[in-house]
Formats: sequence, C-alpha cells, structure tokens
Amino acid sequence: MTTDPALADASNTAFVAMILLYAVAMFGYAVEYAFARRAKTVAAPARELVTAGGGTGPASPEHVDESEEDDDAPPPVTPGVSFRQAVLAGRIALVAMVLGAVAHAASLGLRAAAVGRWPWGNMYEFIVAVSLVGVIAWIAVVAKGWVARRLSLFAMLATVLMLGAATRVYTEAAPLVPALDSYWIAIHVFAAIVATGVFMVGFVTVVLQLISRRYAELSARDAVIRFPMTLGPRLPLAEKLDRITWRLHVMAFPLWTFAIIAGAIWARESWGRYWGWDPKEVWSFVAWVVYAAYLHSRATGGAGRRWAPWIAVVGWAVMLFNLFGVNLFIDGLHSYAGV
Amino acid sequence: MTSSAPRRKIVATLRRWWRQLTSMRTALVLLLILAVAAVPGSLLPQRSLNIEQVRAYYEANPDLAPVVDRLWGFDVYASPWFAAVYLLLFTSLIGCLVPRLRDHVKSLRTPPPQAPARMSLLPQHRELPERLDPDRVAKVLRHNRFRVTTRTTDAGVTLSAEKGYLREAGNLLFHFSLLGLLVGMAYGSLYGWYGNRILVAGEDGAFCNTLQQYDEYGLGPNVDSTDLPPFCLQLDDFTAKFLDNGQPTDFIADVRYGQGGEAPQDTYRLEVNHPLELDGASVFLLGHGYAPVISYTDRYGVTQVSTTAFLAQDAQLTSTGAAVFPDANVDPETGEADPDAEVAFEGILMPTTPEQPPFTTSVSPEADNPGLMLVTYRGDTGLDDGQPQSVYSVDAEQIADGSLEVVDIEPKVLSLGESMELDDGTTVTFEDLVPYATLQVREDPGELFVLGSAVAILAGLLPALIVKRRRVWVRVTDGGTEMGGLARTEYDGFAEEFDRIGDALSHARGERPKTKIGIES
Repeated sequence: MTTDPALADASNTAFVAMILLYAVAMFGYAVEYAFARRAKTVAAPARELVTAGGGTGPASPEHVDESEEDDDAPPPVTPGVSFRQAVLAGRIALVAMVLGAVAHAASLGLRAAAVGRWPWGNMYEFIVAVSLVGVIAWIAVVAKGWVARRLSLFAMLATVLMLGAATRVYTEAAPLVPALDSYWIAIHVFAAIVATGVFMVGFVTVVLQLISRRYAELSARDAVIRFPMTLGPRLPLAEKLDRITWRLHVMAFPLWTFAIIAGAIWARESWGRYWGWDPKEVWSFVAWVVYAAYLHSRATGGAGRRWAPWIAVVGWAVMLFNLFGVNLFIDGLHSYAGV
Repeated sequence: MTSSAPRRKIVATLRRWWRQLTSMRTALVLLLILAVAAVPGSLLPQRSLNIEQVRAYYEANPDLAPVVDRLWGFDVYASPWFAAVYLLLFTSLIGCLVPRLRDHVKSLRTPPPQAPARMSLLPQHRELPERLDPDRVAKVLRHNRFRVTTRTTDAGVTLSAEKGYLREAGNLLFHFSLLGLLVGMAYGSLYGWYGNRILVAGEDGAFCNTLQQYDEYGLGPNVDSTDLPPFCLQLDDFTAKFLDNGQPTDFIADVRYGQGGEAPQDTYRLEVNHPLELDGASVFLLGHGYAPVISYTDRYGVTQVSTTAFLAQDAQLTSTGAAVFPDANVDPETGEADPDAEVAFEGILMPTTPEQPPFTTSVSPEADNPGLMLVTYRGDTGLDDGQPQSVYSVDAEQIADGSLEVVDIEPKVLSLGESMELDDGTTVTFEDLVPYATLQVREDPGELFVLGSAVAILAGLLPALIVKRRRVWVRVTDGGTEMGGLARTEYDGFAEEFDRIGDALSHARGERPKTKIGIES
C-alpha cells in the first residue's frame, strides 16, 4: 500500500480548481443577492399580466415568494448591475457551484486512488468530504425548490470557510494508521461525514431563519436595522426557513445516531470497549443530546419553539468543537497522525 | 378525618412535582443539563481513561487537584451528580412514556374518532357534488393503508380513517430502547471486568489471568477475582511497520495462548481491530513500545537485571521510564542491606537516537539506533516500605525529601551494549531492547443487550421522525360527499396527499385506483 504521487498531485490540482469555482460561484450569488431585487418592481407587474391571462390557477410559490418581498420599502436606487445581469450572474454561479462540486468530488476520488483507501483517513480529508456532502445537500435543497438559488451565497460561504479550515490541517496523502485500517472506516466515518454535512446545511438555514425572524421583529417596531439583519428583506419568511431547518435536522439526526452506534461497534473491535468516554465520544454524545433537545424543543409550545433555532446553533457549535477542538487541543483516542 | 387533609396536601404536592418532572419541558432542560454535565469529563483527565494523566494533573496543580477530586472531577461519568442528571432524565422519561404507551395501546384498540360536525373548519376540506359509494371509499382508504371505521346515522354515512400509527410506535420503541441501553450498560458494569497489561516479549513476560498480573484492572461489583477465566498469554514477537515519516501502518503481536489453565501453546496473530476471543473474554491490542534491559553491577560485583517497559511520550516513541534496584549493594556475605545505597535510574529511551544533539527526542519509532540516557539516584528508593509506586518513574517524594540523591556524573547516551561507570565504581549497562505490547483483556456480558438496544433505537427513530399521523373523514349524504383532513403532526405534504386522496375517491365510483397514494414521503 504505497502512495501514488502523480494522483496525489492531481487531487491537489482538483482542490485548487474547486476553490476557484466556488469563489466564482460565491461572487455570482453575491451579485444576484444584492442586485436581482432592484428591477423586480418592473418585472412583477409584467408577470401579473401573464397570470391574469393564464386563468385562475394558483400563483406559483416562487411568485408569492417574490411579490411578498416587494411589499417592503420602495426599492433603493442602486447603480451598476441590471436585473437581467444579476440573474445571469446567479445562473453562472449555479453552474460554477455544480462544476465546483464535481472538482470537489474529483479531488477526494483522486486522493482515494492515490492511497488506495477510503478518502477520509485524516482530519483534512474528513473536512473536505464533509463540505462535499454539504454542497451536494445544498444543491438538492435548491433543486427541490425549498429555497431560492441566490441563498446559495450563504451555503458557499460556509463551505469555503470549512475548506479554508481544511487547508490549515492539510495532510499529505498517506496510508492509514493501523487503528483506522478496518472496514468500519467506510461505515462509521462515512455516516459521520454525511450527518455532519447535512447538519452544516441545517446550520446555514437556521442562521438565515434567525436573521429573518429578527429582521421581521425589528421592522415591525420600526427599529434601526443593522448588519446582518439588513440581509433580512431578501430572505424567505422565518417560518419557511424553520420548516427547512427542521427537515434537514430530521434527516441528519438518525444518520448521526447511526454514526455513533457504528463507532461504538468499531470501538469494541479496536479498543476493546463500545463506550469509554473518550473526548470524541463525549462531544459526539453532547452533540447528539443537543440535537435531540432541538427536536424536542419544537414540541414544547411557544417558548420551546422560540429557543429551538438557538439550540440548533449550539448543536453546530458543538459539532465544530468536536471536529476542531477535540482533534487539535484535546488528547484522545481519536487523535491520528497529529490531528 | 382531620388527619387526611395534610395527607391530601402532600399527595397533591407530590403529584404536582411528578407532573412537573415528567413534562416535556423538564425533559428538555434535563437533556441540556446532561449535555453540559458531560463536558468536564473531556476537559479534565479521567481515571477511567488515563490514570497517569490524573497523576500528572495532581503534580501540576497540587492545590486544585484535591478539590477537583472531591467533586468527582476525575471520575465524572461515575460521579453521583452525573448519575443524578441521567437518572432524573430517565425517571422523567418513564413518567412520560408509560402514559403514552397506555394511550397508544388504547388508540390502537379504538376505531378512528367520529368526524367533526363542521368539516369545513378542518385544515383540509373538499366537497364533491356526487354521492360516493361508502364501501368503495372505505376500500380506497384501506388500500392506502388507512384504518377505516364506518358509522351510519340518519344524516348519512361517515367514514373515519387514520394512519401513521407507526410514528408513535417508533417513538415509544426509541425511548424504551434508551432505557434498555442503560440497563445493558449497568449489567455490563456489574458483571464485567477488565485488566490492562504491558506484555514484554519473551517467555519471562508471560502471564496468566489473575488480578495480580494486571498493571491496572477494574472488576464489576458482582465479579469475584476467582471468576476470571483461566488462560495464559505470552508475547512471542511484536512487529511494527512504519512509513518514513514515522506514521505506523501495521502493528502485529504474535501471541501464544493457553486456555483452561494450560501453558501457552496456540498461536494467534493479534492486531488492532482483530481481537483474540478467549474463554468469554476478549484480548485487545491497544499499544506498543520498548522495554530496555538494564543491568547494574554493584560494589560487591553482583549483577542484577531489570526489564522495564518505558512509556512512549510521542509518535517517534521517545519513551520515559525507570529501573529501580532496591536490592543493590546488599552484602552477599552478611546479607545486610545498606539502605542508603539502593540505586534507581530514570531516563529517556530513544529507539533511534539523532545524529546531532540534543539527544532528547527520537527521530524514528523503529529501533534503528537505540539510545538510553539515564539519571542515577542513590539512597532509599522507598520500595521496602511496601508503599505502592509507579513503575514508570522514580518516586518523586523520595527525591523531594532527600532520601534519594542524584549521582552527579557526566550525562551520556548509552547505545546498545554500552556501559557507564558510576562514581563508586559500579556500572550500569544497556543490555538489550525488547518490544512490548499493551494489551487489554475485557469481558462485558451486557454488550449484546446494548447492541440490541442500539439497533432498536435506530429502528424506532426512523418511523418516529418520518411517519406522519393523519386523519381523513368522508361523509356521504344525499346531497353529495364531503371530506376533511387533519395532520396530527407537522406535515408539509399533507395538502397534496389529501388532494390525491380526494382525486382517487372521485374516481373510485368506477375502477379501482391504479396507483397507491399516500405513502410516507
């Protein structure tokens, strides 16, 4: 089991291509987010004419979504980018994001080929894989029409931040340490990656939900709106984001449960016990408990619902600490190859 | 009669407390407290994980450590306060689950409830002009796996249908399995045991399964030391393979074992992730390292040999340890010991000594150029008092109170076979380097039960989160058909499902619907 340097280099090249594509996507989405609004007062009446002629069919959800945003203050006069250009920027961004995801997958795949094993044997590879799952999950969320395309700006931001962190813990392609050399790595780590990626997307939507809610509260009492609440007018309603956040967490939670159980079975084979309160186990447990609290909080009336998004935010904070804090600052059995 | 008034008051108070404890909000708060309570165990060293680290914490924080210890800071997961949190949580859980189980059984045994009088008030509502055949409607609903009850009154026929019972069933299974998990863990800790042992290669290193043979062990309260299965283990050879950068790729411990009290004869290739199952217990390879063979020739020319495992400090297996010779300088003629001439060595072992100074850290975990740097102590080692001491270091207290004094000689890195002469003419020799394996022997009879509970947890969790409970009513009167629907749990897609059911019903006058609808998304 040796490392193929040519493939390992190709993997790094794909990584660079991915970063560039994501940067393009982020820029395009930012343009769309900022400017695709201005021209809408022009576009909206035109569309109403069409629907009026089209019969009595219910308005498309997209239409409702956009017109409700237009109820805000009169549009500010912004120079520069036209509506059409902004939408074009959004389309280019979408293409760049999908191509970026392909390069992302290629980077992981090439690394797997270079070392002849599953491409999640160290922290760098783990984070790269988590962000790939995050991007794929986000593309699915956009494709299903749960959220508008322009919101990809925030998903891209989260992904790029994660990948930036990954470069800080870059590890050369290398074979596995003996403790990881088991088929359980395919099961346990893969489940953890998918769950973490989906939780990451859930975190993006829950933050947007909080901003949207706060914006609605502030504008209801004519208070001064500062960043990041200024993003509010372009966001979906908090209730809608709340449902999306809920669905994402409902998807991720059983995966995380499975990841922990699979980890326990592997720990029994590798370390002799299924649960030993190793720091990684502790923080995975804490994250599980916090997300369980999130799932319960929505069933406990108004106060619970109000706190629910904050509990989800805490959940992601715990996940991040479990990934970075535990690996880098706490000595435990999950410490491999320095990280 | 007067005495029953305060009793009633107490009962009422207790009942109120019980209701408070079993409310979902309390459970939520307890969940969050449990999350917070678990954290200190990952920040403080834990006895159950690494007792050496606890010892190091005591040395680094002599004032704080006893306070932390009194608060069970080094045994967080065995502490009464941690137990209090999860026991309260599980009590709250039982108090919540039992009534819910009763309700669920009841709802399974009672037909779906009567339709509301004004169905137009329901979230989903549709009116069909035609008069549908109630039997056909029931058939379509059953086909979509609804439970259906038909009630006939003067006004017409009403069908009540409900599905998604699996949600509550899954919910109950999930939560009861959590209880099962706790029971399995408790059983395992009552009847299980473990022992850690550093096994140095060679026949002299062999051991049999008795408690005295373990460096560290833990017995469940219901396990007696005579309950341990009789087997013996010996390490023949240990192979570790590394990449050039020192990253290990393979650890192989060739062990020899004998069961039922026999001497070790069967061989097994013990590897990480490949435990050896013996007489119900499992043997795991946890780590490895080197034990230098150090000999000391004293003033009377008597040579003693010590083979002590040195503990790895880094990935390159720079290891520290000690060799103590409490019987050094005993006059062979008289058998008289000089309590101030006992000798102890403490030092650093480098499997591969660097070419250049400083000679403090190994450059490779492989034993390419072993080097041993020793500090010599002379005096009273304190071992004769019967005080338990770490075998990996020279007792710090004996040094602190002056019982042991450092022998002032030029420090030197001994390579394999090299000797060093001390100021009194005695010599110490680095004879050999043998590998050792860190093994854990463990038996946990609760394991399978815990595994079963974990599988049930998942099996319950999925329907509890995915399945939606919903009701559909259809009222057929002479004037037409009216239907209403209610999702009893959050369910975004219910409007669409309701529409599809409505469409299917209006077609149901003729042929049977071709596609089944209403499958949980």
